[in-house]
Amino acid sequence: MAGVQVSNVSRSFGAHKALDDVSIDFADGGFYALLGPSGSGKTTLLRQIAGFDFPDTGRISIGGESVERVPVEKRRIGMVFQNYALFPNMSVADNVAFGLSVRGEAKAMIAAEVQRALDLVQLGKLGGRRPHQLSGGQRQRVALARAIVTKPRVLLLDEPLGALDKALRVDMQIELKRIQREIGITTIFVTHDQEEALTMSDRIGILRDGRLVQEGPPEEIYDRPKSEFAATFLGDANIFRGDSTGNGIRLPDGTAIAAGAGDRLAAGAKASCAVRPERIRIGIDAGALDGDANMLKGQVSKRIFAGNNSTYFVERAGQTLKVIVQNTGADRLAEGQDVVLRWSPESTVLIATS
Amino acid sequence: MAAQSATASCSGLRSALPLLAPAYLWLTVAIFLPLSAMVFFSFMTDLPLTGKPWAFTLGNYAAFFSQSLYLTLLLASLRLGLEVTLWCIVIGYPAAYVLAKVLKGRSREAIFLLVILPFWSNGLVRIFSWAMVLREGGILDTALNAVLPFKINIDLMYSYPAVIIGLVHSYVPYMVLTCYLTLQAIDDSLIEAGRSLGASRLQVLKRVIIPLSMPGLVAGAALIFVPVVGSFMEPRILGGRTGTFYGTVIEDQFVAVFNWPLGAALSFILLAVVLVILALASPVLRRAA
Ligand SMILES: Nc1ncnc2c1ncn2[C@@H]1O[C@H](COP(=O)(O)OP(=O)(O)OP(=O)(O)O)[C@@H](O)[C@H]1O
Ligand SMILES: [Mg+2]
Repeated sequence: MAGVQVSNVSRSFGAHKALDDVSIDFADGGFYALLGPSGSGKTTLLRQIAGFDFPDTGRISIGGESVERVPVEKRRIGMVFQNYALFPNMSVADNVAFGLSVRGEAKAMIAAEVQRALDLVQLGKLGGRRPHQLSGGQRQRVALARAIVTKPRVLLLDEPLGALDKALRVDMQIELKRIQREIGITTIFVTHDQEEALTMSDRIGILRDGRLVQEGPPEEIYDRPKSEFAATFLGDANIFRGDSTGNGIRLPDGTAIAAGAGDRLAAGAKASCAVRPERIRIGIDAGALDGDANMLKGQVSKRIFAGNNSTYFVERAGQTLKVIVQNTGADRLAEGQDVVLRWSPESTVLIATS
Repeated sequence: MAAQSATASCSGLRSALPLLAPAYLWLTVAIFLPLSAMVFFSFMTDLPLTGKPWAFTLGNYAAFFSQSLYLTLLLASLRLGLEVTLWCIVIGYPAAYVLAKVLKGRSREAIFLLVILPFWSNGLVRIFSWAMVLREGGILDTALNAVLPFKINIDLMYSYPAVIIGLVHSYVPYMVLTCYLTLQAIDDSLIEAGRSLGASRLQVLKRVIIPLSMPGLVAGAALIFVPVVGSFMEPRILGGRTGTFYGTVIEDQFVAVFNWPLGAALSFILLAVVLVILALASPVLRRAA
């Protein structure tokens, strides 16, 4: 097993920069999620690591060795494709055996390893089936078994759960995570489902237009986004824009918002503040919500009840703010109600606007 | 369960009948009727059309077995069919692979056009152009002598290789097309999956691509083998005296000797032999595919 270092990798297709000076250190044994909107370069990055495609500039090393001149089949990686890419002309067991058999391993050893891998993904009895006789979730698990049976150094997964429905997806997330822990393999997981990235990985990298916008542990990216894009792409955020006061901003109408997290910026520069909807408290008058330094007044324009919580949309100075409130059975606010919003500076992230 | 599926397929057949009717009507008129007439002729001593008296006989079929020449020619034709089919695979499959998996966009369209061009040209024009290329003092001979420092004499005209070249040229598009279609349908991610599992390009070709494109290879081989065994135009024009094959003998019976009954009988023997070969080969091919 081994870590993967991507250093200053760029890759262009014609005039389009699919990857633009990307550097990421994928730790040995870690579970890393690559997140980003469609076309942001996630697959392209994965293909550079796998060796299906080659960077124009920059270096990739696996296990400390540069893989510039190493062809795909010598890189010892396991890959799970978005469409699973199971060989339709082979049984499930032969699919899983493929990697071992091209290496010329002994038949008995192959059979034992294949059975072990199928057991690991809980498909021990389905070895004789053909891929087209399997459900989507089962195919996904076969693809996973096939990728790990060769004991690769790195496991690359390109939106492997994209084709599954919500319930199955959650099951597979848990199972994938369990298997990853069990064999302790360095895993790079592409997804554009932010919840999946948050729950599964121990580090997240956010890509946008081929550039790495931010990377770090999920909590850090969620709690201290470094850009408006990162704040709104990973989770929901209310964004306020104004002029920096050094440790907060002043909105155009003069209201000050104090920020306890994020950058310290020179006073006077353009800046924004991001606040997560669940960090804001909402009430009818300021007295009921004392304590927090940041306060705004507004009017509820819409309420969406979702069982365990409610989302309020609050209009304020031409901006719609989002507030999520746990359902505690307390008074619910009606649409059209004038309200007060309060939240702490610690929940407010100051972001430099570029 | 079985009964259920039987009734299901039955009702499926009934609803498909209107759709199948034109095809069957066409087959009846265009193939079944003339073919039955030929079967009838093959058992006659002479054609009724000539006005001479005629009777039923098995003599036409017996002729095949009484003269070893026919069997020799049939074997030569089968060998010709096999060789041409093999050359078509050797040339057509890599071409189809390049078209389906390597080339993209406009260059693919251009090359594709070049490959199927022989399809669209008249068969006789095609063969006579080869004659111009292959004969002594022809295009190939002149060109090679212009390029090479030493003098060589190339006269492939009226030889077995000339027949092979002409036939391969005529039939290779079938192989390219059928293989292209099956190769095209193979998802590139299967190839990448194979590579990521440690297989070299050659191993991926052997274990994934060829098995998955086997239906195209088989279809192409059948489309080529059958008509080549009965071919007469290329052997006659490009083969000259060496170009006597089973197909040319049949043609002679129809256009030169006017012995239609013998020609018909020889044709049906060929049909039977080809069918037996395809039947024997099909389980093997199905297992491979
Ligand atoms: N072979 C190629 N030729 C030309 N452009 C390409 C090629 N591969 C990718 N691109 C371009 O590079 C950009 C990044 O593509 P990539 O497939 O990496 O996106 P992605 O982040 O995986 O998106 P998605 O979430 O939709 O899969 C896109 O704009 C795409 O059009
Ligand atoms: Mg992608």
